[in-house]
Amino acid sequence: MLDALGMTASATAFGLVYGLAARQGGFSIVEMLAMSVFVLAGAAQFAAIGLVTQGVPWAAIVLLTALLNARHLLYSAALAPWLALRGRLPRAAMAHVLTDETFALTLPLFRRLGRADVPGYWLASAFIVPPWIVANLLGYLGGQSIPDPHRLGLDIVFPAAMAGIAVGLIGGRRELVAASVGAIVAVSVGLLAGTALGIVAGGLLGPLAGLLVPGRVAGDAGPGAAGAADRPTEHGDDPAMGLAD
Amino acid sequence: MSLDLVLLALLMGAVTYPSRAVPLLAPGVERLPPIALEYLRLVGPGVLAALAAVNVVVVGTGGSAPTGPHPVEILAVLAAVVVVRWRHSVFLGIVVAVVIVALTRALLPT
Repeated sequence: MLDALGMTASATAFGLVYGLAARQGGFSIVEMLAMSVFVLAGAAQFAAIGLVTQGVPWAAIVLLTALLNARHLLYSAALAPWLALRGRLPRAAMAHVLTDETFALTLPLFRRLGRADVPGYWLASAFIVPPWIVANLLGYLGGQSIPDPHRLGLDIVFPAAMAGIAVGLIGGRRELVAASVGAIVAVSVGLLAGTALGIVAGGLLGPLAGLLVPGRVAGDAGPGAAGAADRPTEHGDDPAMGLAD
Repeated sequence: MSLDLVLLALLMGAVTYPSRAVPLLAPGVERLPPIALEYLRLVGPGVLAALAAVNVVVVGTGGSAPTGPHPVEILAVLAAVVVVRWRHSVFLGIVVAVVIVALTRALLPT
């Protein structure tokens, strides 16, 4: 729960900044909210403000958005085995709120429980999406009076949370190698070709390097684990467990 | 009130949603070979570490040019990692990182 609140603080702080930036970029309040509702991806939304104000053609903005958000393919693929037995409609709805933060909160939850927790997934997204949109509105309507999140150090919340959750997922050598190589590749490619490509390259190659580590070690668990007890199950979505713990 | 950019938002959403939905909706994911499932299991730590590293070492999100390493932010994230490993609390790690960065910026304004 505390981890989720940390994410909420991060989303709120940057939601305020996004709202303010959108106003300064000449977006109407409906246009600003449309971005948050239909795109729901902070980096792409911030980028769009800068690109629109610079007069970049829409086709280029859409292309860049696709590239920036390609990392969601990895999140979706990682959650897919856990949710494979759910209905298509619920999965389709869940996909729309699959953000960095939702993924970071729910994957450890699923792994801890040893099964999918759909109410937990929605609760995780509730910690992120409504605060993000409310903060957008507050930032748009009164952002000038809000203290600078950068000065308060709130810009470090997101990377610290991502790193902390990655560490929490490390239960063996394979995860350790996947995380280490993922970070190294992301930085190397990111410095050469931009952050979006770096994240995707790290997210693709890190796990590949992890697979090269021979054998399984104690602590490895999840949908790929050999034991049946580690596989996600169809039953048991108990809202009393998981994030509410 | 301008509504022109609502169409742009819809287009941006249209290219974002498939990346979120296609793997989740693809049939037969549960029947993937064990090696593929193991790969997917490792995507979590791999991509989250990549996100964290890029955000403190590369920065320049949104397609802007990379700005290079940020030592204080790197130190803060490393401190958070140590705290999370030691205390098993991501929240505590976040608090430590924020305090380090906020104090440094207050004491050493650029």
